This record gives sequence, C-alpha cells and structure tokens, in this order.
Amino acid sequence: MSTDTPDAAADETADAPSRAELAARVDELEDALAEATDEDDTRKMSIIATKGTLDMAYPPLILASTAAAFGYEVTVFHTFWGLDILHEERSKKLKLSSVGNPNMPVPNAVAALPGMDRVTTRMMEKKIEDNDTATIEELLETSLDMGVEFQACQMTIDLMDYDENDFYDGVTTGVGAATALQDMADADIQLLV
Amino acid sequence: MSAEFDIAETLDVKGESCPMPVVKTKGAIDGLAEGEVLEVLATDSGSMSDIDGWASGTDGVELVDQQESDDVYKHYVRRTE
Repeated sequence: MSTDTPDAAADETADAPSRAELAARVDELEDALAEATDEDDTRKMSIIATKGTLDMAYPPLILASTAAAFGYEVTVFHTFWGLDILHEERSKKLKLSSVGNPNMPVPNAVAALPGMDRVTTRMMEKKIEDNDTATIEELLETSLDMGVEFQACQMTIDLMDYDENDFYDGVTTGVGAATALQDMADADIQLLV
Repeated sequence: MSAEFDIAETLDVKGESCPMPVVKTKGAIDGLAEGEVLEVLATDSGSMSDIDGWASGTDGVELVDQQESDDVYKHYVRRTE
C-alpha cells in the first residue's frame, strides 16, 4: 500500500517538464504579457462630429483638447455639417439656430422670421466674447497643436462640393467610415456628437 | 502650506474658461523639468475640480496643493516624470 506513492511520484517526474522547459515557458509568457500591456499603453478617444451649429461645434473640440491634455491619442472624424468646423472660412461663421430650441429667449413664431438666426448668433457670440470663452478657431488651433487628428469625411466633402484646400492646415482628408470605425474599435472612449 | 515646495513657473489663466485652464496647464507643465512645481492662477471656479481630475488621470503629474483666495484659484502641480 505504501509503495503506491513513490511509484506515482516516479511516473510524474518522468512526464513533468524539466526546470529549463518551465523557465523557458515563463519567459515566453512574460514576453507575451509585456507585449499585450505595451500595446494598450496609450489611451485613445474617437469622436464623430456631425453637427455644424455654433453651439454643437464646442463639445467635440472641448473634449478633444482636454483628452489630449490627459495624454489621449485623439481622432475627430467630421462628417455632414460637422465638416464646417474644419472649414477655414465657414468655421468663423457658424450660426446658432433660433428655432427648434424652446430655451431660446424668443418664441419660435418670431424666431422663424428672416434674419433671426443672425440675431441669436450675434447674441451668443457676444456672450462668448464677454465670458472669455475660447472661440472655435482658437480651440481648433490649440487641438491641432496638441496633436489631435482631425479627419474630414471624403464622401461629405464631395457631397457638399467643398475643396480639400478649404480646410485648416493639418486636417486629414481622403478618409471614410471604415477609417472611423477602425479608430472607434481601437479607442477607449467613443462619442457621437 | 506653500513653504513645502518651490515654484518653478507661474501660469496665469485668469479670465479664461473651460477647457483652457487645463489645456494650458498641460502645455506649461511639459516645459518643466521632473520634480518642478507649476503654479496656475485661474478665475474659473470649475478649475478646482478640473485640474484635480486632470492631474489624477494624467501620467507624470501630481497635484500638490489647491487654494482659493479673493476669487483666484491657485493650483500647484508637480511634474513627476
């Protein structure tokens, strides 16, 4: 009865990997672990910007520049009206819609009159100036300086009949949904604005 | 309180609002050497929470102290690597 134990132990020793084999396996696993943790070292954020009104241009730019300050690698993919944020001329003339927002100080029936968007936009621009809030241009330039990648959707550039040279220097063109999707898949934070 | 560290540089972002205090703090701290402390002067009341959140979520920086006096928010951030 007591002879079972030594026999079993002898069999196990014969099958068991040697110390050198185990050491090699540990090295292999440590390398794999280092590689896996290395890859995810840089945090990433991917934003899809679809709106081009003055109020809706702010959130993607504020979040992009802030994330860059945190050390995130940031990509902002601009499509449809979001393209106007990257358009050098149009970004300086973004408007606030006076209709469709019940929080506006003017009733919708009045807000729908011709020229009212200009009035509400002027009001907002004044508030931005009085509060020393950064302008869209300032936020965009700052974000570009910080390494944020701004992408202009090629399909909407063609659709809106924009010229690639109309965009700020440093804006990436010639990209589509697959590029955005790949960025989103790799990112820790994904946002649609 | 402030005797515990020397201030290497002061960044004045008084009057500026979100996200500029954080964004400019990041820019300024990048110019400091390891161990040096940046003083940030802000009037944005949100900067108390924002600089704190930024410092705890960002590698290589540490919030040393925050003070408020006469509507000026003072932040002290050390570069740690």
